Amino acid sequence: MLRQASRLLSRSVTAASSKSATTRAFSTELPSTIDSTFVESWKKVAPNMDPPQTPSSFMKPRPSTASSIPTKLTVNFVLPYASELSGKEVDMVIIPATTGQMGVLPGHVPTITELKPGIMSVHEGTDIKKYFVSSGFAFLHANSVADIIAVEAVPLENIDASQVQKGLAEFTQKLASATTDLEKAEAQIGVEVHSAMNAALTG
Amino acid sequence: MASSAAVPFWRAAGMMYITYSNICANLVRKCLREPFKAESMNREKVHFSLSKWADGKPEKPGFFFFFFTLLPV
Repeated sequence: MLRQASRLLSRSVTAASSKSATTRAFSTELPSTIDSTFVESWKKVAPNMDPPQTPSSFMKPRPSTASSIPTKLTVNFVLPYASELSGKEVDMVIIPATTGQMGVLPGHVPTITELKPGIMSVHEGTDIKKYFVSSGFAFLHANSVADIIAVEAVPLENIDASQVQKGLAEFTQKLASATTDLEKAEAQIGVEVHSAMNAALTG
Repeated sequence: MASSAAVPFWRAAGMMYITYSNICANLVRKCLREPFKAESMNREKVHFSLSKWADGKPEKPGFFFFFFTLLPV
């Protein structure tokens, strides 16, 4: 048993060291230099051809996280058919995350959150712009950039209150009379969306 | 892998996120005020043509649809 020990030990050590040579750092920490040993061996084999480019050489370097917290939050708010806000510098954004209304200030911890139907408000000085968001995601980056994507987002003035009341009544009734799981889920979604719109209009 | 935490009710009912998201968006669009509602319905119109195939050939030249909400709601 002990005769094999040194062989096994040395094997595990080399495996560990080779693994550590290939373990990747986080993409923000990767050096931007090209692998020089690869380039050299390429030149030996194919001196007349340029070494191949890797995808990362085409990418713009990721903007580094500032050491001090920026004063403004950069918001990119996009919909499938339009870019509502693009690179707009604001003071704060309140997004309707599934865990509740989330206030996003510059320097917010990097987060990815799913949005529920609700109001998103963009605060710039004394200006507040509100949108009703149907659902989507928000990506908050370390460099105080917030990417908010929604399938449908409308300013509150564009919503018709009577339609909302009608829809709420209709879906509450559907929820009571639903039989299959899928019907129940659809009715539940209807109730949630309409109550959120109702709350948005009245609150 | 450990099982994930409590799933949302729609996933428990067998619905995918994209189905849920599209249902929410359609409901919001239906509750818009008039000029915006017509614009959004127009924008979301999908044109597609469906043909059934038999023996490696389409049976008819195809029949054309356009739906603006593909869902029963």
